[in-house]
Amino acid sequence: MSKLIKAGTQQEIEQFLYSQSEMLDSRKWRDWIDLFTQDGLYWMPADPADEDGDGIPSIFYEDHYLMRTRMKRLDHPRAWSQSPAPRTSHLISNVQLDAAASTDKELVVRSRFHVGEIRLDKQRYFVGSYTHHLVPDSKSWKIRLQRVDILNYDAPFDYVLQVWL
Amino acid sequence: MDGQSTPADKILLEGLVETDRVHKDCYVSEEVFEKELEHIFYKSWIYAGHESQIKNKGDFTTFQIGRQPMILVRGDDDNFHVLFNRCPHRGAMLTNRHMGNAGHHFICSYHAWQFNFDGSVHAIPSPAGYEDTRFDKNDEDACMKAAPRVASYRGFIFASLAADGPDLVTWLSGAKAAFDDICDRAPEGEVEVVKTCFRVVQKSNWKIFLENQLDALHPSITHGAAGRAAADVEEEIKAETGQEAPLQYHYLSAFTTPIYKWDGLETAGHKYGHSMLQGYMGLRPKDPDTLEYEAVMEKAYGKERTEEIFNTNIHHVLVYPCLSVQSPLQQLRAVRPLGPNETLTEIWHFRLKGAPEAIYRRSLHYYNLVNSPSTMINADDLYNFWRCQQGLTSEGGDWVSFHRNEGQDHQEDGVTTSVTGLSELPMRHMFTAWAGYMKGEL
Repeated sequence: MSKLIKAGTQQEIEQFLYSQSEMLDSRKWRDWIDLFTQDGLYWMPADPADEDGDGIPSIFYEDHYLMRTRMKRLDHPRAWSQSPAPRTSHLISNVQLDAAASTDKELVVRSRFHVGEIRLDKQRYFVGSYTHHLVPDSKSWKIRLQRVDILNYDAPFDYVLQVWL
Repeated sequence: MDGQSTPADKILLEGLVETDRVHKDCYVSEEVFEKELEHIFYKSWIYAGHESQIKNKGDFTTFQIGRQPMILVRGDDDNFHVLFNRCPHRGAMLTNRHMGNAGHHFICSYHAWQFNFDGSVHAIPSPAGYEDTRFDKNDEDACMKAAPRVASYRGFIFASLAADGPDLVTWLSGAKAAFDDICDRAPEGEVEVVKTCFRVVQKSNWKIFLENQLDALHPSITHGAAGRAAADVEEEIKAETGQEAPLQYHYLSAFTTPIYKWDGLETAGHKYGHSMLQGYMGLRPKDPDTLEYEAVMEKAYGKERTEEIFNTNIHHVLVYPCLSVQSPLQQLRAVRPLGPNETLTEIWHFRLKGAPEAIYRRSLHYYNLVNSPSTMINADDLYNFWRCQQGLTSEGGDWVSFHRNEGQDHQEDGVTTSVTGLSELPMRHMFTAWAGYMKGEL
C-alpha cells in the first residue's frame, strides 16, 4: 500500500478535486494551471485504448506552455467565440483512490465528471472520467498528469472544447 | 442521377451567380442544396479514403457522397470497390461502423443475405423460396449497387456516381499537385494514414468552409487572439528556458502575420473549380531534425530533385467540391455536406513513409492544435461560419460580395492567377465552376 494513502486522504483528495473544478467554473485559469507540476500534463485521449499521449493524436495534450497559450487566448478580448463566454458547472463524483496503481511517490485517483455548459442560449453536457496522478506538495497536492476520458471521444463534434473540462 | 439541367432548374438558378457577387440563396436555399447534390456531388469525383485505410482484404471504411451512404472496401481481387451501404433485400444498412474488416463477406444483420466485396450475391438463405419467382440472384437488383467509377491517384481513392465524365486524373487537373507534393515529401514516395479521424460538424453551408480555406484576409482577424497568445508564450519560453520555442508555437503565432504580408502570396484557379494558395509559412528551418530529413530525402531523390520538392510552395489546395489538402502539413479535410446549414468535415493526417519521426510530429502538432476538437484556431472559424449562416438567412440583403481585385485576374493555359494573395479570386473561381456544374456544362 502506498505510503501516501492515510486516514483522511480520501476526503482530502475529494476536496482537492472539487476545488480544481471550482477554479474552472470561476475561470481562474492561472490558479488552475498552477495546480500542475512544472512538467505536468493535461491529456484528453482521442482513443480510450491509448496509454500515452506522446507522439499520437489527442483531443488535448497540453503542458504548462500550451496551457498558458490557451489561457491567454481565452482572456484575449478578440477571442471572438469566447464572447459571450460560456458558463460551466462541474460535478465530480465516484472518487476512488487507486491503491494498486499508486506508489509511495504518486497517488492515482479515479473519478467521474458531469459538466453542464451554457453558451448563447444553448445547453450542452460533457461526461466522462478523470484519472489524476498526484504528487504531494508542501501543503497540498500537484497534478503530474490529468487524464480525461470523454465518453464521446469518437463522435462528430458539433462544437469545440475551448476550455479544459 | 444524371446531371442534365431541366428548364425548371434554369429558372431556379437564374441570376444566382454574377462575376463579382452571388445570391444568398446559394447558401441557404433547400432547393439549391438539393440541386448541388444532383449536379455537383453526384457528378464529380468525391474523396472516399486512402489506400492505407484498407490494407487487407475485407477492410472497409464508410463515407457519404452527398446523402448517399457508401462503403469503400478492398476486395478479394485486391481492387477497391465503392458500394451503397444498403442491402438489396429490405434496405437495411449493411454496416454501421466507420471502419472495420468484414471478414469474407458483408452479411446483413436482418436476414443474413451475404455479399461479395464487388457487391454480387454470395448466398441467400432458403433459396428454395425463390424458385418460380421473378427473383434472380445474378440480377443487378439483387446485388449491392456499386458506384459506377472508382479510381485512385497516388493512394488517394475517389468515387463518382456518374458513369460518364472526365477520368480522375483529367478531372484533378492542377489539383494533382496536392497529392504529388504530399507523396514526394516522403522519401519512399508514399504516405500512410494515421488511424485517428477528427470529425467536426459545422452549422454552416459547405461552401463557406471552402471559401475560408483560401481566404488570406481572415487569419489575422479571426485568429488574432490565438496568434497573439502563442506569440507571447514564444517569448516566455525564450526568456524562461533560453531556447527558441518549438515549431508548433509558430503554427499558431503565424496567424498574427499582418495583412500586408499576405499580399505577396498568390492564389490560382484550375479547371473544375480547384484552387490553391501558394507561399505562407516557412516550414524549412535549419534545425537538426530538418537537416536529418533533408539528408534522407537527398539519398532517396538526389540533391536537385530534393530541392525541387522542397521548393514546391503549396500552402493549401482545394479539390472542388470535396477536399481541402495541406500537403506540407500532411493533412486533409474531407467536406461532407449534410444540409444547406450543416457540414461535416473529416480530418485526417498522414505519415511520410521513410521520413524521420520528428517530421511526423510536426504534422501531428498542427493536427492537434489546429484540427482537434480542442482547437484554438477553428473555434473562431466555426463561430464565424455560424454567424455568416445566421446572417445569410435574414432578409437584410440579397448578395454576398466577392469584388476584391475582380477584373485583375490573369488567365493563362486554363489557369487563373491572382494579383495578390488577398484577392477573392478563389471564391469567384469556385462559383464559376459551381455555375458550370449546375448548368450541366462541366
